[in-house]
Amino acid sequence: MQVKTGWVAMLAALALVSPAFAGETIHIRIDKLMFDPPKISAHVGDTIEWASSDFVVHTATARNKDWDVTIPAKGVGRVTLKRAGDVAYFCRFHPNMTGEIAVEP
Amino acid sequence: MRFVATAAGFALALASVPAPAQNAKPNDAEIAHIAYTAGVIDIKAAQLALQKSKNKEVRDFAQNMVHDHTAVNDQALALVKKLKVTPQDNDTSKALVKQAAAKRAELEKLSGAKFDKAYADNEVAYHKAVDSALETVLIPDATNAELKDLLTTGLKIFQGHEQHAEHVAQSLN
Repeated sequence: MQVKTGWVAMLAALALVSPAFAGETIHIRIDKLMFDPPKISAHVGDTIEWASSDFVVHTATARNKDWDVTIPAKGVGRVTLKRAGDVAYFCRFHPNMTGEIAVEP
Repeated sequence: MRFVATAAGFALALASVPAPAQNAKPNDAEIAHIAYTAGVIDIKAAQLALQKSKNKEVRDFAQNMVHDHTAVNDQALALVKKLKVTPQDNDTSKALVKQAAAKRAELEKLSGAKFDKAYADNEVAYHKAVDSALETVLIPDATNAELKDLLTTGLKIFQGHEQHAEHVAQSLN
């Protein structure tokens, strides 16, 4: 009984300290063909949300082909990160737009 | 070779202002019209590509050119309306239209892989030339802050197109 309670308490503590359990939403702005901030770190389970104030359509396309998100003009696009690793991404329509996400477990 | 010829052609168009006006900078109404005309030319080229090409990369690129240049030109039209400026046809815009007609006649004769390659190469050259014109003439000479701002955003969009066109051209090699 005591052992069981100990485990539950430990799991609860882990959930509190580890953002991986929280599944946060991380916001990246797109303005005048720039991802802002261009470099972020996140955890597996987090959702990245790009919000664009540009009047043309953009994409956030992972170079490792993990994801390819369309961000409409003045719109929003999202992806939930499924695995750890550094991901470089760009816009397929405007490859001069680049960003990086360091995805931690 | 084609690239050099086209880029030089654009530079020539921009320099081909009549002698008395050579030192006169283009005014905002002329700048707006040059930028708008350059956009219309690229939309028409893209529409030709959508008629002729079966290559996915080429078609995706062309589709994006129609969307982006239409979006930029819509912004430009809204701005000139707001500023109560009437875009002015001028020697540079006329020269651009003339060159585009010649290029179109050339492209219309081609088909298949030859068309795809010629279209992609021309898009690289055309965007390089437009970007250089924006950077060196049109943006510095624009006096209205909102026009300057729109041209500056346009330049970033078109620099993106230049890189995208390079990727497409490389994929056809």
